[in-house]
Amino acid sequence: MSLTRAQVQQVSLLARLQLDDQELDRMTSQLSQIVDYVEQLSELDTDDVEPMAHGVEQHNVFSDDECRPGLDRDAALGNAPKRDDECYRVPAVLGD
Amino acid sequence: MNLIDWTATDLLAQLDTGTISSVEITQTYLDRIAAHNEQVGAFLHNDGDEALRHARDVDRRRATGQRVGQLGGLPVAIKDNLCIEGVPTTCASRMLETFRPPYNATIVQKLRAADAILIGKTNLDEFAMGSSTENSALRMTRNPWDLEHVPGGSSGGAAACITAAMAPLSVGSDTGGSIRQPAAFCGVVGMKPTYGRVSRYGLIAFASSLDQIGPLARTAEDAALLLQIIAGYDTSDSTSVNKEVPPYVNNVSQPLHSLRIGLADEHFADGLDAEIETSLRDVVRIYKRLGATIEPISLPHNKYAVATYYVIAPCEASSNLARYDGVHYGYRTDVRRMQAELDRQRNELEAAGDDAGLRNLDSQLVRMYRQSRSEALGPEVKRRIMLGTYALSEGYYDAFYLKALKVRRLIRRDYDQAFKQVDLVLGPVTPTAAYPIGDKVDDPLSMYLGDLYTVSANLAGIPAISVPCGRTRTGLPIGFQLQGPALAEDSLLRAAYMYQQETDWHQYRPHLNE
Repeated sequence: MSLTRAQVQQVSLLARLQLDDQELDRMTSQLSQIVDYVEQLSELDTDDVEPMAHGVEQHNVFSDDECRPGLDRDAALGNAPKRDDECYRVPAVLGD
Repeated sequence: MNLIDWTATDLLAQLDTGTISSVEITQTYLDRIAAHNEQVGAFLHNDGDEALRHARDVDRRRATGQRVGQLGGLPVAIKDNLCIEGVPTTCASRMLETFRPPYNATIVQKLRAADAILIGKTNLDEFAMGSSTENSALRMTRNPWDLEHVPGGSSGGAAACITAAMAPLSVGSDTGGSIRQPAAFCGVVGMKPTYGRVSRYGLIAFASSLDQIGPLARTAEDAALLLQIIAGYDTSDSTSVNKEVPPYVNNVSQPLHSLRIGLADEHFADGLDAEIETSLRDVVRIYKRLGATIEPISLPHNKYAVATYYVIAPCEASSNLARYDGVHYGYRTDVRRMQAELDRQRNELEAAGDDAGLRNLDSQLVRMYRQSRSEALGPEVKRRIMLGTYALSEGYYDAFYLKALKVRRLIRRDYDQAFKQVDLVLGPVTPTAAYPIGDKVDDPLSMYLGDLYTVSANLAGIPAISVPCGRTRTGLPIGFQLQGPALAEDSLLRAAYMYQQETDWHQYRPHLNE
């Protein structure tokens, strides 16, 4: 296994996911298998190759600096699981 | 001839001469959906009343000589990762089960302006991640040619609805083959345009440097009709290409003279099913007969495409899907129960004097993110988020993500080289025809390896089309793929049209019980 269970657990925190014991086991073996497969890329010499981030490489696309109407607040908050008038509501962030 | 046997192009001609109405067409397709969607599961959501209301409006305008858009009352199905204002847009995920977008995707605005009748939202693998539509959290889609087989994916519903005659045209999205592979599995035409040719504004993001929207239809001519409407520059998508859209519809029936077609050894290596190879050789013969010259080309980095793709796509996905946090929209866990559990865990750790455990205990907010995401996202989506997060994490970025971006350029260079020599590259879409439902669900890597022939076009940003070209002994469709240089959609459609003039694979329909 190229990944350990502890590594997978740490990644699940970074990914803001919570995996139960069974999921952790399965994820560790499946991710290891996939990582082993993609490691074949290391056999290629790419020292002088420029990375390619996009299919059609465009740089510095600017829009005009002008005010345009955006979504109004009610529309933006319309799908919130919980809202409080003008805000999204979340559990307490401070104080515990 | 039954109305559902007409192509979209023929229906449009009938609409224009007034021999048929949009209401008749729309009602016919709605009846087909009512009769067969239970069986096939192509659609997640239909609003027949709204579709008929629009159809009546188009008919009224046509009858009174007012302006009617280019699609003049033809029904079009929309993959359920494309936003329609106020209409459920779920990505086939529990996460977005109740989500109603506050705005329209650019392609939806364009289709509405062209008087397309939006007949329903089609099923997909959750967040378009998958190759069989089995990852939909909301329903199963079956291949209309054999209901025990998968329709392909992720645009499984978009392809199945065409072959099952539930819509004459449909819009899908393709990140690694998600239009072309289901098109091949279901025996229809599907095109992934050049990256940037169609605006992605309002397409719920999976892997932003690879995602592209495109048409599915029965013929190249019909695909041209739909691409004509959805293609074009859009200031709402900064990656959109600011180049004029050629007249695909007018050009599609013009044959290409002195067409040079490349065949890559890499496309005919081990792993390609023998029946598919035989069908492809027949396709080559037909193009030769039509005057094309066939030349060998080489795509030496093609064998690295799946590995490259399954680094880049999950990395982008892990970043894009970070937005599903249970705060702004989408699913949130039951916070009261979550807090009670968190309190219980804290008390337990305190009683045991476990300081390390207490330090590692999630805060309320982090626990809410983790629990909301874990409850609402399916196993494949979690797998890709985990893979991407791992590959982007400290110490691994260079070895995985950066490396994959470099190999991506090598894959692109192979194509640049090939297109100096030939106009188009002909090859398979998939290594096998559609497989039985459940066959690969427990083996993600084997599912990924099925994307071998399709992911390169997304990595290189080039357009590609899948065209039906045969059936296996067991009656499942086979497709071939044409790939072209950037912005060569016009040539791809014309080449596909030439082939379809010589063959009738696109005219067959699966038999569905009434």
